[in-house]
Amino acid sequence: MTRKQRRLVLIGGSLGVLAMALALMLNAFRGSIVFFNSPSDVMAKPVAPGRRIRLGGLVKSGSLLRGDNLKARFEVTDGRREVPVTYQGVLPDLFREGQGVVAEGAFDGTGVFRADTILAKHDATYMPKEVVDALKKSGHWKDEYAQRAAVPIAGGGK
Amino acid sequence: MIPELGHYALMLALGLAVIQGLMPVVGTSSNDDVLIGMAAPAALAQFGFVAVAFVALAVSYVTSDFSVLNVYENSNSTMPFIYRLTAIWGNHEGSMLLWVSILTFFGALVAVFGVNLPAKLKANALAVQGWIAAAFELFILATSNPFLRIVNAPFEGRDLNPILQDPGLAFHPPLLYLGYVGFSIVFSFAIAALIEGRIDAAWARFVRPWVLVAWMCLTLGIAGGSYWAYYELGWGGFWFWDPVENASLMPWLAGTALLHSAVVMEKRSALKIWTILLAILVFSLSLIGTFLVRSGVLTSVHAFATDPRRGIFILTILVLFIGGALSLYAWRAPLLKQGGLFAPISREGALVLNNLFLTSACVTVFVGTLYPLALEALAGQKISVGPPFFNLTFVPLFIPLLLAMPFGPLLGWKRGDLVGAAQRLMAAEMLAAVAVAAAFALEHGGPVVAPFGVGLAIFVMAGALVDIAERTMILRLPLRAALRRAAGLPRSAWGTAFAHFGIGVTLFGIVAATAWGSERIVAIKPGNSVNIFHYQLTFDGMFDRSGPNYRDAVGHFTVRRSGGSLIGVMQPSRRTFPASNMAVTEAALMRRGISQIYLSLGDSNLSGAVPVRLYFKPDVIMIWWGAALMFFGGALSLSDRRLRVGAPKPAKRIRAALRAAG
Repeated sequence: MTRKQRRLVLIGGSLGVLAMALALMLNAFRGSIVFFNSPSDVMAKPVAPGRRIRLGGLVKSGSLLRGDNLKARFEVTDGRREVPVTYQGVLPDLFREGQGVVAEGAFDGTGVFRADTILAKHDATYMPKEVVDALKKSGHWKDEYAQRAAVPIAGGGK
Repeated sequence: MIPELGHYALMLALGLAVIQGLMPVVGTSSNDDVLIGMAAPAALAQFGFVAVAFVALAVSYVTSDFSVLNVYENSNSTMPFIYRLTAIWGNHEGSMLLWVSILTFFGALVAVFGVNLPAKLKANALAVQGWIAAAFELFILATSNPFLRIVNAPFEGRDLNPILQDPGLAFHPPLLYLGYVGFSIVFSFAIAALIEGRIDAAWARFVRPWVLVAWMCLTLGIAGGSYWAYYELGWGGFWFWDPVENASLMPWLAGTALLHSAVVMEKRSALKIWTILLAILVFSLSLIGTFLVRSGVLTSVHAFATDPRRGIFILTILVLFIGGALSLYAWRAPLLKQGGLFAPISREGALVLNNLFLTSACVTVFVGTLYPLALEALAGQKISVGPPFFNLTFVPLFIPLLLAMPFGPLLGWKRGDLVGAAQRLMAAEMLAAVAVAAAFALEHGGPVVAPFGVGLAIFVMAGALVDIAERTMILRLPLRAALRRAAGLPRSAWGTAFAHFGIGVTLFGIVAATAWGSERIVAIKPGNSVNIFHYQLTFDGMFDRSGPNYRDAVGHFTVRRSGGSLIGVMQPSRRTFPASNMAVTEAALMRRGISQIYLSLGDSNLSGAVPVRLYFKPDVIMIWWGAALMFFGGALSLSDRRLRVGAPKPAKRIRAALRAAG
């Protein structure tokens, strides 16, 4: 093998691997990214049933119903619109009415959002950034949320 | 008084960092030995002052001095001593101080142990270290000062985030930082080499120990973080493809590539330009990791409080250092001479392949992590890129890499014999085939690819053993002769075998735990039982327990074999911290061989039943044992005499011996 051929093999191999990585990424981007929506977004532009999205907002106060077998039903609101959500499983430690939540899943045919993941956040003072933005956009952001985010919640537990 | 001392020491350190950054550069360009000689003492003094600052903060934490804002916000006098200490880096300001402490510590190490280095290279490298240190010390002093006081000191602190009140906090961040920052040394040496426009195999020999140390710490740090998340978050997952995890994985992937390309450079003085580029990129990725975690662009448990000024400051540091380094590279790299020809099928070729796949995998992680941020910034569209993306990109790139891995060490330098290597790997290939067949026979429903994953893991492990068997000729020579050969093998060869074996072990754990694990999520009432795998867990009831600064609501579960014999007791709990009024789940783990039973409690609801998550995780411990083996392999390699002793040293000793003789 000449020097030139060796270099060609090297460059060809490198380009091959890079092309493979690129193809894999483009393919993955087509199917596996999940869009974030607020209830208003969903009402304005319905999402096809079965398509995975993330739905974020506040858990509407008084909407949480717990059923048998760890079934839960609640509404996610951004202050303007509400979306009913069902979930089966253990809700995260910091899941509370009136607090921010991000649910991942898909709509069924009847307009109910079936969540398979409720994002567990680790901090009581923490409001998911997407939720903050969505609330700000819908005009329902209150400065008290920011204060709540800055000061540990006193007596805000169960 | 003590915090002010720390603050003052940090300012002095900044001044010294500026001196360390300027004088040696002036000295090397004007050939002034005095200025060149200033680099090492400046690095030592700077480390001394940063250490004073760190100790000052530590004293404030340990003595619970709540007049210091940072201590007030992140500590509490009821916390056990260990958490009062680790709380130092459980927050933004303190962890940046830890970052700089480790940075200057490495600088001091270079100053002390770099006796064999060419004077100019050492001075310039220390100067680059000085620039990095100056930038981050300025960042701390300007935007993240941990020494700020409160005028009316409160009596009690706010407490550390309960998730962080765990022994994991003592190891995970310092190890990760040792890894991140350790790569700064390699970066500094790369820049110094570019400034001089001269680079040779000796350069690779100088930097390889630093790459190894950083890589080992990063490996252990990532594995430790993974185990911590596994038992603390209560979801039983060991890797979430969370952006913050990815931020540490990217330097690891690029660092692993660098570790291998530096071997080629050292042994064959080929791949010089590429190795320099990798050295720059690895530290750039560490900086990007720091930016992602510290700037608050990502919101997660790692982001702590967010302040836009900090993000902009770190972004500026990022752009200056990465942009500057890459510009210098573009300007000077053409001066470097390439050497060492090799055939595509050769040890060098195998290492190039390793580098290609590792960097491509790193690129996919980079894109998956940063694309959502870029899209949100540019188009306002919010998306999340989760595990499916990485399973479709990262995994397919790792499979060929792992398939090729056992071949690498069996190929000769310059020109290798692929067929010969395949023949010598015959035992490993057969073992892998048997493993695939056995996995198919034994499994009860699971992904079809899982047995192949097990086969690949066995192939990788057996490949590492074949490498050692071939080198010691254990199957061809009498045992005693083979053992003698084994003792004579360079430790770096053992290190390679251990680290590669560890990769197989980790892969085995990942495949088994993901494919054949079982999960039960149920609401359970006292007296009832739940079955998983071959085990039956009976819920006996809840009781209360109090710890130093928390209350536990503990569930008492008796574990039996499905046949009936008693195995033991598991006590998961929900832990409430009154100081911050937060609750966390403390999972209970029971080890069964190399598998684990994993049990965590949910929030009990009105009906009196307690929601539990119960997992059986087969072979899960192998994931972290594998990482420990990789660390051990790195340590063996590091202890290799050829790495420790610089080339000139034996010569000096011989000269001394000659002088003594003469």
